[in-house]
Amino acid sequence: MHPALSVIFFTVASGSGYGLLFLLGLLLTIDPQSISGNEAIAAVALGGALAAAGLLSSMLHLGQPRRAWRAFSQWRSSWLSREGVAAALSFAPMLAVVWLEWRGDDAVLLRACGLLLAAGAALTVVCTAKIYATLKTIPAWHNAYVLPCYLLLGLLGGAAWAWALHAAYAPRVDVLPIAIAGLALASAWFKYAYWRHIDAKPAAATTESATGLGRFGSVRSVEAPHTEQNYLTREMGFALARKHARRLRAIGLMLIGVVPPLLAALACLAPAFGLPCAAAAVMSVAGGLFVERWLFFAEARHVVMLYYAAKTGTTQHA
Amino acid sequence: MTMLPPPSPKKLGLVIDLDICVGCHACAVACKEWNDGGQFGPLPDENAYGREPLGVWFNRVHSYEIEPAETTGPAMTVHFPRSCLHCETPDCVTVCPTGASYKRAEDGIVLVDADKCIGCQLCAWACPYGAREYSQERGTMQKCTLCVDRIYNETLSEYDRQPACVMACPTRARHFGDLGDAESKVSKLVAERGGYDLMPEMGYKPVNKYLPPRPRRDGCATQAAPAREEKVDLSTASPLLRWMDRILSR
Repeated sequence: MHPALSVIFFTVASGSGYGLLFLLGLLLTIDPQSISGNEAIAAVALGGALAAAGLLSSMLHLGQPRRAWRAFSQWRSSWLSREGVAAALSFAPMLAVVWLEWRGDDAVLLRACGLLLAAGAALTVVCTAKIYATLKTIPAWHNAYVLPCYLLLGLLGGAAWAWALHAAYAPRVDVLPIAIAGLALASAWFKYAYWRHIDAKPAAATTESATGLGRFGSVRSVEAPHTEQNYLTREMGFALARKHARRLRAIGLMLIGVVPPLLAALACLAPAFGLPCAAAAVMSVAGGLFVERWLFFAEARHVVMLYYAAKTGTTQHA
Repeated sequence: MTMLPPPSPKKLGLVIDLDICVGCHACAVACKEWNDGGQFGPLPDENAYGREPLGVWFNRVHSYEIEPAETTGPAMTVHFPRSCLHCETPDCVTVCPTGASYKRAEDGIVLVDADKCIGCQLCAWACPYGAREYSQERGTMQKCTLCVDRIYNETLSEYDRQPACVMACPTRARHFGDLGDAESKVSKLVAERGGYDLMPEMGYKPVNKYLPPRPRRDGCATQAAPAREEKVDLSTASPLLRWMDRILSR
């Protein structure tokens, strides 16, 4: 699949933004006193900005962005519509949290809003993952690994930002770096398992079943319907740089699963370097997520390419 | 509304006969001609006469070579027109976030409402048959309408109320009709010739059916045909031919 930069930036930025908002919501639900009002407001601002930047970027992918409001209407059948609704609704508890923290009282309401915020943020990322995981036409996406990968990676991205924010507001050793190390390892493991899975997965269909001509023998394309590229071959037949997939996977795993735990360990050993370590973790995770998301699109093959007699279903490496 | 309507008794669609399709692309060209009429036709081209032309077509005609399994018989060429199958349970409809993509309750035709489409292209991702092509120029998704503006058009003569691709086919490899009616000509054709679905494992239940190539006289597509050796019985040939054979065999 063609890796559109607008969609990659959207899923990375919004995923991390909603990850941060989820963590904040969870913290407010458990103990609203454990975080200062200013830090909570900053976290909402940062999470909201990341989410909004991602959503605006996703509008760039649309052919008719001015009609985007229509996407709120089909939540009964469409995960994309549900994502839009969940993403937009999550802004209500965000504003409520800011208002309550600014007023500085009412712990009960704050807990309730925190819960709503966590639920909205989690639901948005679930919807994002479901958009991809429900597409039967793309075997690399239509599997049980996609949803946990999106949730874990969103949470990791959000946790890295939360660490940086917390290091700036309350520079002391706490539980966040340890949580990040755990999340980073879990995310990398899941992503590795995802890659193992898609490499081993048998093809969803074959040129023989796509044409129904397999009963006569093996089917080979001798002439394509068109001599130039068309929309399908550009969008679904993306093959550029797939040969670098193996190296890019290693880079992604390094930035997601290896660098953040090392930075967390460094921060625990030398608390004075807390903020620089956290900032480096944010950048490492963001870079890793970008590589991971690029591969998520670029490595995925669409069954329609079977009509052009290209192999599908699994990924190939040079 | 992108929820699928309850199954309609009427299922308009095409039956495509792979036995007699000669791969002439007349269906594709006739479709382009009918649907590209004027500025608002659904088949826009970009850079049509330039170095890298790009355009929307609702018919794409592939050509395949089939190597028979475990035989030494000759390969078979099959021309394969690909277009929207107007599936009964298509994901291209249900994934649409705006309600632009819909399946008509009355006859099962799958259409795009160009005024509601936001151009997110998710429907094209959801289609395994490559039936939907996006127009960069318009920013909306384009797809086969089964010539809905012909088949119900009372200003046309009754014979002309068929999709343009069906009208144009010089070998009559394309048939249009109601596949929901077991007594219709197309349904009978499907029953008689063993018409089949493309990629049934996707679960989209295509309405359009394909008729398989008939067994070839040379045995291809039926059973293992032994390789034919050329043997010439010279004893029955004329003396002139025998003499020529002797000369040429030296």
